[in-house]
Amino acid sequence: MSTVKTGEPVLLSGNEAVAYGALAAGARFYAGYPITPSSEIAEVMARELPLVGGKFIQMEDEMASLGAVIGASLTGLKSFTATSGPGFSLMQEHVGFAAMAEVPCVVIDVMRGGPSTGLPTKTSQADVMQAKYGSHGDYPSVALVPSSVLECFTLTVKAFNISEKYRVPVVLLSDEIVGHMREKVVLPSQDEVEVVDRIKPTVPPEWYQHYQDSITGVSPMANFGEGYRFHVTGLTHDVYGFPTEKPSEISALLEKFKNKEIHNSRDLTMVEEFCMEDAKICIFAYGSVARSARMAVKILRQCGVKAGMLRPMIVWPFPKIPVENMLERANLVIVPEMNVGQLRKEVERLSNAQDKIHGINVLDPTFITAEQIVDKVRDLRAKNRRTGEYIIG
Amino acid sequence: MAEQTMVATKHPVRRPAVHEWLRVKKKFPHLWCPGCGIGIVLGGTIRALESLGYSKDEVVMVAGIGCTGRIPVYVDCNTLHTTHGRALSFATGVKLARPDLKVMTFMGDGDALAIGGNHFIHAARRNIDITAIIVNNAIYGMTGGQCSPTTPLGKRATTAVYGSVEPPFDTCELAKSAGASFVARSTVYHVKHVEQMIRMALEHKGFSVVEIISNCHTYYGRINMEGGAVEMVKAMREKSIMVSETMDYEKARATGKPYVIGVLHRDTERPEYCELYEQMMQEAIGRK
Repeated sequence: MSTVKTGEPVLLSGNEAVAYGALAAGARFYAGYPITPSSEIAEVMARELPLVGGKFIQMEDEMASLGAVIGASLTGLKSFTATSGPGFSLMQEHVGFAAMAEVPCVVIDVMRGGPSTGLPTKTSQADVMQAKYGSHGDYPSVALVPSSVLECFTLTVKAFNISEKYRVPVVLLSDEIVGHMREKVVLPSQDEVEVVDRIKPTVPPEWYQHYQDSITGVSPMANFGEGYRFHVTGLTHDVYGFPTEKPSEISALLEKFKNKEIHNSRDLTMVEEFCMEDAKICIFAYGSVARSARMAVKILRQCGVKAGMLRPMIVWPFPKIPVENMLERANLVIVPEMNVGQLRKEVERLSNAQDKIHGINVLDPTFITAEQIVDKVRDLRAKNRRTGEYIIG
Repeated sequence: MAEQTMVATKHPVRRPAVHEWLRVKKKFPHLWCPGCGIGIVLGGTIRALESLGYSKDEVVMVAGIGCTGRIPVYVDCNTLHTTHGRALSFATGVKLARPDLKVMTFMGDGDALAIGGNHFIHAARRNIDITAIIVNNAIYGMTGGQCSPTTPLGKRATTAVYGSVEPPFDTCELAKSAGASFVARSTVYHVKHVEQMIRMALEHKGFSVVEIISNCHTYYGRINMEGGAVEMVKAMREKSIMVSETMDYEKARATGKPYVIGVLHRDTERPEYCELYEQMMQEAIGRK
C-alpha cells in the first residue's frame, strides 16, 4: 500500500514505522498539528496518503486535529492523528468526545519531557496517566506502548483494530527514544497484516440504533451519508444518540462504557513475559525502558540471579491478571519508569506486600540504563542482607 | 361529501418542508424560549435545502455548543453535535473525507467567534465548501446571559454588569478578511430574506458565511431593557439596511445603521479547498 518495502530488511525510525503501520491498518485520513518529537509521522502521511487516495490535512491546532479526525471517522474512514504531550493535553477534549460518542480513532502520543512545554527533544514516560484519565468523566481508555520500531508498526495496526472493533479512541504511547530510534526491520506484507473493520448495521435505517445496547458494549456503526441519518452528540444520550437526562438511560450508557473494558479484557490484555518461568526478581517495564530492562535481566541471569521481565504492550486497561501472577511469585518487583512512578502505583494497588515493589524513577531526560536496574537490584539485596530479611532469590 | 373526503385522502395536501425534515416524533418540544429567533433560522434553512432539492441523506449538519448548537438534533439528516467552538473542525473532517456531502455548521456568536474563532478564520482561509450559519444574538444564552465577542460596547450582560468595555467583532468583516468567499447577513425579522441568503450560501462553492442577527429577549433584552421578543425583532427592522443595486455596501455602512444586510461579499474566483486537494492528489498519483 505504501511506498515502503515489505518482506525485506529496511532501516526505519519508530515514527516512520507508526505511519506505515497506520497505512497497513487501512488509515485513510490524517489531521494533525506539528509537534516535536512526532512530526515525522505527519510528514510521512502527507507524502503517502495522497498516493493511496487518502486525505491529509494540517489543522490549525490539536483540538481541531482530533475534531477533524472524528468527523472523518464518522464518514467511515479510518482516521488518526499524532502529537506529543502538550498537544495531547489539548486533544483531551476530543478524546472524551470520541469516547462518549463512540467514534473509532487513534491518537499517537510520542511522549516527551513535561510538564508544560517541558523538554521537546528529550524522552519521558510521563503521559501514562494522561492516557488513562486525561479527559474529564469516566470513559474507557485503551493505550498501547511499543518498545521497538517493529512494534511501532504492529501495535499501530493493533491500535486501529481495537479502535474499530470496540468503537473507542485508542492511544499509542510511543516516546521520543522509540520514535526517533532507527532499527533494521522486516515489515509484513499487506496480506500478512490482520485488519479489523468496524461492524456495520444489518438492520434497515428505521430500526437502526447508533448506540444499541449490548453485553460486550459494542454496537454496529453506520457511516454518515449511508441513509441511516443518526445523531451524534457529546451529551449523555439514549440508544438513538439523542440527548437524555433520564437516570436509567444515562446509567445504561456509562455501564456500556465500563463493559467495553470488562467484557473484552482478554482481548485487551497483551503482555510479553521474558524469562519469567522461574523468576523471583521481576522487572515490570514498558516502552523504551523495557529495552534496558531486557538487558538487565540478561545480566542478572548471567550472575545467577533469577530475574525476569513482564512487559505490558497494552497498559490501559491495566493487565491485572499477569501482574497479579507476577506479584504472587516475585520476591522483588522493580518498576523502572521515566516518571514519578505512575504505573508503579498501579502495581502497588494490586499487591498486599507493597514493600517488595520498588521504582526506579528518572525524571531528568537521561535514559534508564540496564546498569541502573542491575545496581538497584544489587542495592536492594545488600540492604536486605543487612536487615536480616534475606528474601531475594 | 364522502366522495370529496376520498379525493382528499388520495391526493393529500403536500405538507410543508419543515414537517418532512424535522424529527417531529422524536425530539419535540424543543428547548428554545418562546419567541426565540433560532426557529426562524431553522425554518429558513430547511426551506432553502428543500428548494434546492437536497435529500436528507446527503446533508450533514454540524453544530457546536449553545442554544444555536441544538439546531441539528431536531433535523432528520446526518447530524453531529460537537464540542464548544469546534464545529468547523469536525465539519472540515467530514467534508474532506466525503466531499460529495453537503456540510453545514450552526454556531452562535460565542461559539464561532470566541472559543471557535481560530477554527472560523482557518476554515475561511482554506475556503472549504462548508456553509456556516452564525446566529448572532450578542450574548451567551444557554449559560445565562454573559457577554460575548459581539456584545456591543456599553451594553450590559451578567458578566458586563456596568456595560461591556470590549469593542465587538464584526462577523462578516472578519469572515471576509479571513478569506470566506461568500459572506451575507440577515436578521430574523427578514424571514424570507434569511431563507434567500441561506439558499445563496448553499449554492455557493467555497466557504460561505451567513450571519443572522437574532434576539435573546430572555437575557439580552431583559438586561438591556430592550423589551420582549416582539419589540426586539421589530427594532431589527429599524436597525437594518439592505444592500441593493442602488445601495452598495460602503454606502449602506455610511448610513450608520448597525446591521447592513444582504450579500456583502462574493468571490467566485477563489479556489475551493477540496477541489484543490483532489487536483493535488491526482498530480501526486500521476507523478508516482
